[in-house]
Amino acid sequence: MLKTTPLNQTHRDFNAKMVDFGGWDMPLHYGSQLEEHHKVRQDAGMFDVSHMLPVDIKGHNVRAFLHRLVANNVDKLTVPGKALYSCMLTPQGGIIDDLIIYFLSENWFRIVVNAGTAEKDVAWMQKQRDHYAPDLEITPRRNLAMIAVQGPNARAKVWQVIPHSQAATEELKQFQSVEVGQYFIARTGYTGEDGFEIILPAVEAAKFWEALHAAGVASAGLGARDTLRLEAGMNLYGQDMDETKNPMESGLTWTVDLKTERDFIGKQALLDAPITNQLVGLVLLDRGVLRSHQQVVAQKDGNEYQGEITSGGFSPTMNQSIALARVPTAISIGDEVDVVVRDKKLRAKVVKYPFVRNGKVLI
Amino acid sequence: MQVPADLKYSKSHEWVKSEADGTVTVGITSHAQELLGDMVFIELPNVGRTLKQKEECAVAESVKAAADVYAPISGEVLAVNSSLVDAPEKINEDAYSAWLFKMKPSNPAELDHLMNAAAYTEMVENEDH
Repeated sequence: MLKTTPLNQTHRDFNAKMVDFGGWDMPLHYGSQLEEHHKVRQDAGMFDVSHMLPVDIKGHNVRAFLHRLVANNVDKLTVPGKALYSCMLTPQGGIIDDLIIYFLSENWFRIVVNAGTAEKDVAWMQKQRDHYAPDLEITPRRNLAMIAVQGPNARAKVWQVIPHSQAATEELKQFQSVEVGQYFIARTGYTGEDGFEIILPAVEAAKFWEALHAAGVASAGLGARDTLRLEAGMNLYGQDMDETKNPMESGLTWTVDLKTERDFIGKQALLDAPITNQLVGLVLLDRGVLRSHQQVVAQKDGNEYQGEITSGGFSPTMNQSIALARVPTAISIGDEVDVVVRDKKLRAKVVKYPFVRNGKVLI
Repeated sequence: MQVPADLKYSKSHEWVKSEADGTVTVGITSHAQELLGDMVFIELPNVGRTLKQKEECAVAESVKAAADVYAPISGEVLAVNSSLVDAPEKINEDAYSAWLFKMKPSNPAELDHLMNAAAYTEMVENEDH
C-alpha cells in the first residue's frame, strides 16, 4: 500500500500521472514535465513536498544537541527563523541524510528531512537524544503538509493568495522563515529559483493548492523537480550521496564545519579520510542523454581515471544533457572526458556547477 | 488511447504501416510516448542497415528514460525521419505521423504475425492492470 500526502486527491483531480516514489504515491507530471520546468524558471510553479517530514526538537538547550548531531554548525543560526543546510553523518562520516534546520527559539528547532530516510533519521535522532540529551522531545509532524512555490513570480503569487503574509515575508532573505498564523513560510527551495516553501496544517493543503492554482501557479511534479534541482546543482539523497559517501566527495565540503573545536558525529572520520573523489558537473558535447550510473573515463597525464555519473538528464533550460559525476580529484574543471552510453563513448566537458540559477545559464 | 485501425503493432510498442509499394513505415505508438513522457533525443539507424526482427535499432530518450526501439520485422532500412533529431517532441505531438524509419521487408510473412489494433489495445489494457 503506497503512502499518500494530503494532496493525493487534488493531484488526481489535476490529471497528474502518479508514480511510486520510494513508497509514496506522488505526481510525476500533470501533462508535460518540460512545460512545468519552464514555468518554474520563467513564472511560478508549485510542488507537493508533503512526503518530506518536519521533525520538531523541543526542550532545554536544543542547540547543544545539534552541535553533536549535524556536520554544519548551528551557531550560524543567530536570528530566529534562520535556516541552515546540513548533513547528518554516521560515526564513519557517511551521510545519513541531508536536511534543513530552522532555528525558531532556543528551545525549539525544526528539521525537515527527506521522505525516503525519514524513519531512519528519526530513529537515529532519538538514539542520539537518549545518549546526549534525554530530556529533549523529538516529534515527527506528519499532520503537516508542505508546498514549495517556486519561480520568479512565486512570492508575488503567494501574497495574492495570503495577502496578510506579505508584510511579514517581504523582507525575508534567502534561508529565512517566519510563522504567519497557520503558515510556516521559508524563503528556501530546491529549484535554483526564488520562492517559498510553506508548511501548513494537512487539512488546509488542498484548499491552498487550489487557491495558488487560481492565482496562476502551475502544478509541477517530481519530474520537473528533478530537472530543476539538477540544473541548480543540488544533490539528491540516495543518488548523489548515501551512507557510503562523505560530504567531501559529494560536493558538500562547504556544509561541514571543521574550523571550530566543536565535536560532531563523524568529524574524526572526516579528518582521517583521504579525499580521493569529488563531485563535478558534466556538460555533454555530443548528442545524447547522460544518465545516472554511466561510467566516466578520462585520460590525463598518461593515466586513466574512472568515475560515475550520479545524476544525469536533459536540461530543458540549456537544451542539452548535463550531469553530476563522482570522479577522482585528478580531474579538473575544463577537462574533457568520455562517458560510456550504451555501446558508445560520448565526449563531455567537466564544469563547475550550478548550471542554472535564477533563470540564467551559468555555464 | 489512440490506436489507428489501419496499422499493425508489435509487443514492444512499435507501429507498422504497410505502404502500397510493399515497403513499411515504422514508429512508436502513442501509448509508448505517453509512458515515456516528453521526448528529448532520438537516435535512428543508418540507412542501408539490414535489421533482423526484434533487433535493437533506434533509441528514444525522454526526460524520464531511454527506451530501445526494436525492428518490428526483418528487412533493410530505406529511409529515416531525420527531422526528429532536432524536434523529438513531434513524437509526443502525433506519434503516428512522426515516423522513425522505412523498411523493405525481407520476409513479408512476419507482418502477418504482428498485432492488429484490437489485439494491441487489449495487450495495453492488460498491462495497465
